[in-house]
Amino acid sequence: MGKTLAEKIFSEHTGRDVKAGEIVLARVDIAMAQDGTGPLMINEFRELGFKEVKVPKAFLFIDHASPSPRKELSNSQKMMREFGKEMGVKVFDAGDGISHQILAEKYVKPGDLVAGADSHTCTAGGLGAFGTGMGSTDVAIIFGLGQNWFKVPETIKVVVNGKLQDGVYAKDIILEIARILGSDGATYKALEFHGSCIENMNVEDRLTISNMAVEVGAKAGLMPSDEKTREFLKKMGREEDFRELKADPDAVYETEIEIDADTLEPLVSLPHYVDNVRKVSEVEKEKIKIDQVFIGTCTNGRLQDLEIALKILEKHGKHPDVRLIVGPASRKVYMDALEKGIIKKFVELGAAVIPPGCGPCVGIHMGVLGDGERVLSTQNRNFKGRMGNPNAEIYLASPATAAATAVTGYITDPRRFI
Amino acid sequence: MIRGRVWKFGDNISTDHIAPGRYFHLRNNLEELAKHVLEDAMEDFAKKVQKGDIIVAGKNFGLGSSREHAARIIKIAGVSCIVAKSFARIFYRNAINVGLPVIELKEVDEINQGDELEIDLENGVLKNLTTGKEYRFTPIPKFLLEILKEDGIVNYLKKHGSFPRV
Repeated sequence: MGKTLAEKIFSEHTGRDVKAGEIVLARVDIAMAQDGTGPLMINEFRELGFKEVKVPKAFLFIDHASPSPRKELSNSQKMMREFGKEMGVKVFDAGDGISHQILAEKYVKPGDLVAGADSHTCTAGGLGAFGTGMGSTDVAIIFGLGQNWFKVPETIKVVVNGKLQDGVYAKDIILEIARILGSDGATYKALEFHGSCIENMNVEDRLTISNMAVEVGAKAGLMPSDEKTREFLKKMGREEDFRELKADPDAVYETEIEIDADTLEPLVSLPHYVDNVRKVSEVEKEKIKIDQVFIGTCTNGRLQDLEIALKILEKHGKHPDVRLIVGPASRKVYMDALEKGIIKKFVELGAAVIPPGCGPCVGIHMGVLGDGERVLSTQNRNFKGRMGNPNAEIYLASPATAAATAVTGYITDPRRFI
Repeated sequence: MIRGRVWKFGDNISTDHIAPGRYFHLRNNLEELAKHVLEDAMEDFAKKVQKGDIIVAGKNFGLGSSREHAARIIKIAGVSCIVAKSFARIFYRNAINVGLPVIELKEVDEINQGDELEIDLENGVLKNLTTGKEYRFTPIPKFLLEILKEDGIVNYLKKHGSFPRV
C-alpha cells in the first residue's frame, strides 16, 4: 500500500514504515519560536534542565513586535538574544522579516520535518516539507532533545484542476477550501494538494495556500516537490536542496475534495471567522466601506503579491479615505522591491511602508484599528480582536482584491481593474 | 475526580478570545495575562471564575494561534477542566502539556451555565449533578492521561526522563 506525503516524511524521520494514526517519536530537522512564544519556550527549556540545543537547525525570530513598541517586549526580546548567544542559536531580529518566509527562502528542504511555536509553520508545506505549529513547551522539548512525539495524521486529498482566471489567485483557492471544509474540517489531519492548477503553480503561491492550512484545523498543508520547487530553490541560490517528493499513486486518503479553478471567483472572508467566505462580486453590491487596507504578512507579503497590488493601484490610484499599509514579508522581499522601484511607487501612492515583519496582523502596533473601523487585509486570520480592537472588523482577501478595494474605498472585485 | 461549576461558551472560541493580541506585552507575566482570560468572549469571566470551575463549550475550542499562554492562563484562572464538542489540535496538545484536562463530549448542549459537574477522567464518565444526567465520553488516550497525571509534560519528563510508552 502506498504512502501519503505525511506518511513518507514521518517514515523517514522515525526510521521505519509508519501509517496514519500511529503515535511516533520523530526527529525534527528545523525548530523555531518567535517573540510571542520564544520567552516561554526558553523558560521551559531551562526548567527541563537542557544545556544544549540538539535540533540540527534551530532559530529564534523577532517578527511579531518588531521593532519593539514597549519595554516589556524589549525585555522579552533581550532574553531571546541572550539565549541565542549562549546556545549558538541564530536570532533573526527586527527588520529581517517573518519566520515562515525566511525559513522558506533559506532553510526548508523538501521532506523536512519543521516544528515551530507559531501556528503558521504549516507554510513550509509549500516546499514539500511537513511543517506544523506547536506550543512553546513542545518546541522547548525539540530544542533540547531534537525530537518529540507526533501522531501521524490522516490526509485529506485536495484536487485543484484547471486554470485560474485573471484576477483570481492562490488566496482565493485557500478561501474556497475554508468555505468547503469550515474552520474545523481538517482538525488533526493533513491536507495534500494535487491537480493541474497546483502543478502549474509557483512555490510563492503554494506557500500562500499551505500557510492557511491551519485555518481549517489542519496539522500540515503539503504540496508536491517538483520542477516548480526546483525553480524556487534555484532562485534562492540553493538548488542542491532540491529533491523530488510526491505521494505514492496508491496512497490512502481519508477523504477527497475537488476545486475547479476555471470557475473560481475572487473571494472574501467576512468577520469574525475565516470560513465565513463569500464571493467578492456579491459583497461588492453592499458597498462595505473600508478604512484601512493592509498588503503583507506571511500569507501574501511576497514580491509577486506587491507587484499584483501595485499594478492595480498605479493605474487607478488610491482612494483618499483609505489608509494603505504595505509590509514586505522579509528583508529579501524588501530589497527586491526596492531594486524594482516598487517601494518608491507605493510611497508615492500614499502608502505607509512598514519594516519586514508581521505588522498589524497580530494587534500590537502599526495599524491597530479604531472602534467601528474596517480593514481589508491579505493576512490569514480575522478573529474578533485580532488586530488589537474587538470593536473593529477584519476582512480577508487576495492582494488584487485588497488593491481594488484601496482604489474605490469599499470591497471591490479586482477583475474590472485587471 | 473533578468537580466544579459550569461556565458556558459557544462554538469557535479562538486563542484571540482567550489571550488577545493587545496584551502581547504580558506574555512573560502570565498571572497578569490571566486577568484578561477569555475577555473577548465574556468580558467579566476572569473576575467571576472560581477555583475548580469547569468550562463547557461548543465545537473547535481554541482555534487559531499556537500560543500556549492560552491554555496556561485558563489553568491559572482556576479552571479544572474544559469540556467541548471538539478542540482545535494545537490547543488540545498545549492543554495536555500544561496539565489542563480537556474532554470531548457530544452532548454539551444539555449542560447549562451554573450546573455542577463531576468528571471521572479515567473511566470517561461525566455526571451533571444539577440535572442528574450521566454521560459517557471516550476517555483521554492513555498516553496523554499519563502526562496529565503528572500535571503536564515538563513534570513528566523531569520525573521519568522520557515520554510515556505508546
